Amino acid sequence: MCIAMPGKIVAVEGNKAKVDFKGTLVDVHVGLIDAKVGDYALVHAGCAIEVMEKEKALELMEIFEGLEE
Amino acid sequence: MNIQEVIRYLKEYNGPELRLMEVCGTHTASIFKSGIRSMISEKIRLISGPGCPVCVTPTSYIDRCIDYAMKDNHVLLTFGDMIKVPGTSSSLAEAKGEGARVEIMYSPFEALEKAEKNPGVTYVLAAVGFETTAPIYGLLIREALDRGIANIRLVTALKTVLPALEWICANEKGIDGFICPGHVSVIIGSDAYGELAHRYQRPFAVAGFEPEHILAVLYDLVHQIQMKKPVEDIHNLYTNAVRAEGNPKAAEVLHQYFEEGPAMWRGLGVIPGSGLYLKDEFAAFEGGSRGLETDRELPPECRCGEVIVGRIDPDQCPMFGTGCTPTNPYGPCMVSAEGACGIWYRNR
Repeated sequence: MCIAMPGKIVAVEGNKAKVDFKGTLVDVHVGLIDAKVGDYALVHAGCAIEVMEKEKALELMEIFEGLEE
Repeated sequence: MNIQEVIRYLKEYNGPELRLMEVCGTHTASIFKSGIRSMISEKIRLISGPGCPVCVTPTSYIDRCIDYAMKDNHVLLTFGDMIKVPGTSSSLAEAKGEGARVEIMYSPFEALEKAEKNPGVTYVLAAVGFETTAPIYGLLIREALDRGIANIRLVTALKTVLPALEWICANEKGIDGFICPGHVSVIIGSDAYGELAHRYQRPFAVAGFEPEHILAVLYDLVHQIQMKKPVEDIHNLYTNAVRAEGNPKAAEVLHQYFEEGPAMWRGLGVIPGSGLYLKDEFAAFEGGSRGLETDRELPPECRCGEVIVGRIDPDQCPMFGTGCTPTNPYGPCMVSAEGACGIWYRNR
């Protein structure tokens, strides 16, 4: 139910954006984030709920480096 | 640490048996798909929690939705997950076969265009979800008001996760640590769990949904428990999406349109303050969401309620895979794509 997918914002007009999910363009509401073209947004049920700032690989590397031994 | 060291640590763990609850159904699904259960010590037990909003919704809610779908000039819009959940006498899918107007939506915003095009039809949304989804319904009401659209109603079964986690901490003593729901945490922030973690002295950690995220969070929780240090802060291992303070814009929208009230959770009962209801000033959009607390009596063998709080694993229910399957489900845990029973059944 709470599934969300990251996609790249390719256009913004007011509260609406076009988001690219691996080549498929989808209309997304961006009223819950500060949307900028080029950002990656986490999208749930047609609405962006957060901006994702890092590459996935970089995030995972940081997580493992941060684990206490 | 690297991933091999993490996997070795989890495989070789030989301390006291630990019970770690993944609160969110999406985590349960990812744990099964990635085979993580077979990669870790048998002494680390993963317990599925109440984090599937469909599974905890009582039957009187489904009945209310069906009543709307059968009414003239009304259309019921729902996410696909809800359509096969049994109500008192039928599911939405069965009601549709008998003429009810039920349409699957992918986003609540679809209602705006439909309502604008068909002013004589009232579009009723089955608004089920947690904090991740609730602000989106707030935005929907904002857009409807801005565009002068009056023929939209919400029947809400929107719930907040923290009161349910508090219920589990208070009533289910055997859970040693919690994997916080990732996308609820996007909205409420990782710090939101701090008070509970501190009061009950159990570690909570936030994780994403990749197998690497889950291995890292399991290591983190087991390590925290092994260290036996007082639990102080919440470890956030989903830093790409979750901030300590959450998404303040989403929280603002949520509190602008909704207020807290009691809500019924299957398996847990009515929990005060765990439901989100439209405020009185938006009553024009309200579809009668309060007081839907009656749950159909399930067959005595059905142990859905115990699965939801992690007291038993799905395959310990005598109906699992025999009287109750995804095509012929009794309990919603078997229906929903994120219900523990359905996930176990599809991956057995």
